[in-house]
Amino acid sequence: MPVETWLTFTLGFMILGSIVALELKDILSSIIAIGIVGLGVSMSFLFLQAPDLAIVQFLFEIFALIILVRAFIGKENHQLESSSTNKVMTGVGIVAAAAIFFLSIPVFRLLPPFGEPLMQVSQHYLDAGAAETGAANLVASVILDYRAYDTLGEVTVLFTAILGAFAILRSTATHKTAGGDHE
Amino acid sequence: MTVYLLCFALFLVGVYGVIAKRDLIKIILSIGIMGYAANLFLILFAYKHGATFPILTGGKVSPMVDPLPQALVLTSIVIELGTTALLVALVVRLFQKYGTFDIAKIRRLRG
Repeated sequence: MPVETWLTFTLGFMILGSIVALELKDILSSIIAIGIVGLGVSMSFLFLQAPDLAIVQFLFEIFALIILVRAFIGKENHQLESSSTNKVMTGVGIVAAAAIFFLSIPVFRLLPPFGEPLMQVSQHYLDAGAAETGAANLVASVILDYRAYDTLGEVTVLFTAILGAFAILRSTATHKTAGGDHE
Repeated sequence: MTVYLLCFALFLVGVYGVIAKRDLIKIILSIGIMGYAANLFLILFAYKHGATFPILTGGKVSPMVDPLPQALVLTSIVIELGTTALLVALVVRLFQKYGTFDIAKIRRLRG
């Protein structure tokens, strides 16, 4: 069976899973249903010949599940009463998404068709990567040699994000120990 | 073409969630869906028919898929974990302050 058939099936399953995750009332079921989408992405990476990405996506999915469940478990008191504003926003969201989808179909005709990438810069990486960097895994040679500054920048972004998360969560503790103006 | 459009539809489900949902946890999940769709779209773009994964195994050299988007998406996935953690931290703080996840009830943020 061609890879496109598998991908169509997986993507349809993922769209269904994400809609279910957004519409469920129970927040724990919603977080677990989003796992369908993440593991579907991981499976699609395997079909698309990217085993490194499949492993990283799988780990990401597990970590995200742990973070979300750990943070939001037991905080179930958020029953949203349905208001007229909510219904209006749902309608606006559906109409906007459908309009963007149908208006952007001509853009996708301009892209190179599936399975025939341009590969002008990348062809050099494939041809000369082993000789120039000595790495058998060409993805690793791109990350750590050809685009090393890019990786350094992204690691800085990751460090800043984690630092920000710790700073936000720590300020609670200092307020509590100091007994300050926290209401 | 079909897979591109389906991937874009997945992205738009995330956009719909960000626009229409009032629950902050659902908004975090929607941003996650948009990230999944963007990563998957780049990798769809890199696929070549009949090619194998870009790892040299010795012996004959067969055609390989594009390694550049794979390398960039690899770091992008890790960044996404960091931003998810930051968003979760923000929402946990908002919950401690206001006792709700409903964005319509967090009134003090209005300008």
